[in-house]
Amino acid sequence: MVSAIEIEELNVSVAKNIKILNDIKLSLPSGKIIGFIGPSGAGKTTLIRSIVGSLKITSGRISVLGLPAGSKQLRNRVAYMTQELSVYPDLTIKENLNYFITMMGINKKSSENMLSDLLKTVELESKSNVLVSNLSSGQKQRVSLAISLIGSPELLVLDEPTVGLDPVLREKLWKLFKTLSEQGKTLIISSHSMDEASRCDYLVLVRNGKIIADQTPQNIMEQTGCTNIEDSFLELVGGKE
Amino acid sequence: MSIIRTLSTSKRVLNQLKHDKRTLALIFIVPPILLTILKYVFDGQSRIFDSIAPMLLGIFPMIMMFLISSIITLRERSSGTLNRLMTMPISKSDFIFGYALAFSIIGLLQALLAAGVMLGLLKVPVVGGTIETLIIAVIASFLGTSLGLFTSAFAKSEFQAIQFMPAFIFPQLLVCGLFVARNNMSRLLQLFADVMPLSYSVDAMKQVANTSGWSSVLIKDIIVVLIFALIALVLGSFTIKRKE
Repeated sequence: MVSAIEIEELNVSVAKNIKILNDIKLSLPSGKIIGFIGPSGAGKTTLIRSIVGSLKITSGRISVLGLPAGSKQLRNRVAYMTQELSVYPDLTIKENLNYFITMMGINKKSSENMLSDLLKTVELESKSNVLVSNLSSGQKQRVSLAISLIGSPELLVLDEPTVGLDPVLREKLWKLFKTLSEQGKTLIISSHSMDEASRCDYLVLVRNGKIIADQTPQNIMEQTGCTNIEDSFLELVGGKE
Repeated sequence: MSIIRTLSTSKRVLNQLKHDKRTLALIFIVPPILLTILKYVFDGQSRIFDSIAPMLLGIFPMIMMFLISSIITLRERSSGTLNRLMTMPISKSDFIFGYALAFSIIGLLQALLAAGVMLGLLKVPVVGGTIETLIIAVIASFLGTSLGLFTSAFAKSEFQAIQFMPAFIFPQLLVCGLFVARNNMSRLLQLFADVMPLSYSVDAMKQVANTSGWSSVLIKDIIVVLIFALIALVLGSFTIKRKE
C-alpha cells in the first residue's frame, strides 16, 4: 500500500495544555476515499488542519505526499475545503473561481477551459454570473468545492463537504468523489454522519482526540462483528469505556 | 511576490466594492457633502473654511480607507477565505499590496471628487496646485489602508473594528493641528503628535495650500507618511499567518 499521508506521534494542544489530539499514528493509503468519522468535537477538523499545515502542532511528524505538512511545494498539490464556505459572497461564482484560479498560478490560456470544466463539474454553469450571496446553501457549498478542485490537486481535504445538502445533491457529490478517486486522487472527507462512512474506501474513526480504528469499513465491521459502521463505532466506544 | 497575483487581488477587491453600490456611494459622496456643509457652517468666515478644507482632504481618505480596509480584511480573516488563500501559492505581500493598491485607487477617485468640489464649486484657494493636492490625498488613503490592514488583526468582530476608529484615529485627529495649532498644545501632546502619521499628512496638505512647488518640508512630510504606511503594511503582513 502506497501511503499518501504518514502521521507519527502527533499531539496538538491549545491554551492551558488542553489536548485536542493525543498521540495519533496513521498511515493513509493514496488514491482512496478516506473518511474521518466521528462526533462533533472529536478532533476531526484539528487533524485535517494539521495535515494541510494550517495549524501549529505541539509535537510529532506529518508527511504529506512525501513532504512535511505545510511545505511550500505542497500548495499546488493539496486542496483544502474548510468547514466555513471560504468564498467571497459579494462576488459572482465566475469572479470567485477566476480569482482562485489566478491564485493557483494557472495561466490565462488554461484558465478559461478550467473555469467551464469546474462549473460543469459542480453543475453551476447557468448560475456563473450570480452573486454567491444570492445562492442557496447547497449551491454555495458547490462553489466552495469547485475552488478546491482548481488545478487538479493530488490530495483533496474536504471538511464536512456534504453537511446541510439535500440527499440528491449529496448523492451527486459522492459520485464525483468516486470519479476523482478513480482518477488516482486521494480524498480525505470528514463527516459526523455514520451513513457516509460506508461510502469510503478507508475509515479513520475519531473520538475525544484519539483514533479508535483505522481500517477499511469491511475490516472494521468484521473485527467488531457488526453489520454496519454505526454499530461498529458504538461497539468500539463501548469497548473502550 | 507575483505581479499577476497582486493585481488580481486588487481587481478582486475592486469587484467586491463594485457589487456594493451603497458603500461606493458613501465613499464618494460623503466627503464632498461634508465639505459643503462645513462651508456653510463657516458662512461669512471664509478664511477659516479656506484654511481647514485642504486639511480635511488629507483626513477624509485616511479615515474612510482605514474603516473600509479594516472591516473588509477582518471579513477575510473570519470567513475562512484568508485561511484558504494561505494554503495556496499566494504570498503575504501579494495579498497586502493587492489590498493597498485597490484602496489607493478608490482613494484617488474619492480625492478627485472631493478636490473637484473643494476647488471648483467651493472655490477654496490652493497655492500648491491640484496635482500636489491629489497626490497627498492618495498617500493619505494609502496610510489609512495600511493602518486598517494592520489593526484588523486585533479585532474579532466588525463591531470591535469600528471601535478602533475612536481608539486609534480620533486621538490623532485631535492633535494633528486641525482644531488648534500644534505649537499651542501642551508639550506632551506635541510630542505625541510628532509620532503620529496623521500630523504629517495634515502638515503636507497645509504646505500645498499655502506654498507652491515641492518644498523640502513638503517632501519630508510625504516621506514620513509613506514610511509610516509601509511600516504598518509590513506589520500587517506579520499578522497574517499560514499556521495558527
